[in-house]
Amino acid sequence: MSFVGDGFGGFLTLLLAGFLATEAWRWLGLAVGSRLDVAGALFQWVRAVATALVAGLVTRMVLFPAGALVEVPLWVRLGAFAGGVALYLLLRRNVAAGVGAAAVLLMAVQFMVR
Amino acid sequence: MVKDKDPPLTSQIGAFASGLSLILSVPAALLFAAGLGFGALARDGGFSIAHTAFITASMFALPNQVVLVDQLARNETPLAVAFAVGLAALRLLPMTVTIVPLLKGGRPRPALEALAVHFVAVTPWIESQRRLPTVLAGLRLATYLGLGLAFWATMMAGTMAGYTLAASVPAPVSATLLFLTPIYFLLSLLATARVRMDLLAVGLGCALAPVFYILTPGFDLLATGLIGGTLAFLLRGRRA
Repeated sequence: MSFVGDGFGGFLTLLLAGFLATEAWRWLGLAVGSRLDVAGALFQWVRAVATALVAGLVTRMVLFPAGALVEVPLWVRLGAFAGGVALYLLLRRNVAAGVGAAAVLLMAVQFMVR
Repeated sequence: MVKDKDPPLTSQIGAFASGLSLILSVPAALLFAAGLGFGALARDGGFSIAHTAFITASMFALPNQVVLVDQLARNETPLAVAFAVGLAALRLLPMTVTIVPLLKGGRPRPALEALAVHFVAVTPWIESQRRLPTVLAGLRLATYLGLGLAFWATMMAGTMAGYTLAASVPAPVSATLLFLTPIYFLLSLLATARVRMDLLAVGLGCALAPVFYILTPGFDLLATGLIGGTLAFLLRGRRA
């Protein structure tokens, strides 16, 4: 890759294509959010959009994963996910327990299936 | 993991420290794990350790960092890379918009607020939606700065560790590390949900994402957020 050895030019590329392309949205959010009333309908709508977006990110990460998770069959991913949600609900909405259960399930099934 | 009965915060330093204490928390552990994965990925892509550190420090938004590294490793032009990263980063806009009003309440502090928004990403957003409403208005900015700094430092540490250790982690373990993030996101969204609209938004977001992933690849999260969120907002009922 050409750009790696290129010290200053490399940092400049990262600054423009990485930092600025990301941070601009945060600055815009600061400008818009500063004028918004928390009790207002507009704020509620933006909150709903942000929530749906993160929920969508969750489904995408589970159904269409990247990296080592691709090797785990879909049914294992869905099963471990459902197990985590079930334990979370059973233990009176304990997030840490749900996350732990999902992780243990996913790890256990991978070792059993092999 | 979250104690709702914490004693009320009374000083700026105390508020900052309480945010900073999240460096030892489940979400911080998950961010560390996510940072590990990113460090390894950047090393695979041929990035130097200085460039890798710069990416995490300056962006602090993992999905965008992955896009950046992936696109540059494929030798895309900087402009094309900036476009792809900018599109992926659009999700930070509604998150920032819903954090900023919570940070107002004390004296206006433009420089600190500009610093605070650098720490906007999914994990700090979730944790702040959950914690900030119960903090005195004048102390929220200090709390959020502590919380953001804690998560930022954790991700930096994870990135550096991942870069150094790269490729010595067995596949089932790295698959499990990758799996922690989505389950944590979903359970936290459920735990944070206060009104019917929140639950509707979670359900609609989960259901619509695969549809738009196939129909409008690249714009799927944007479409999911806008359409799912708007539907949840319209169906929220009288008690908003």
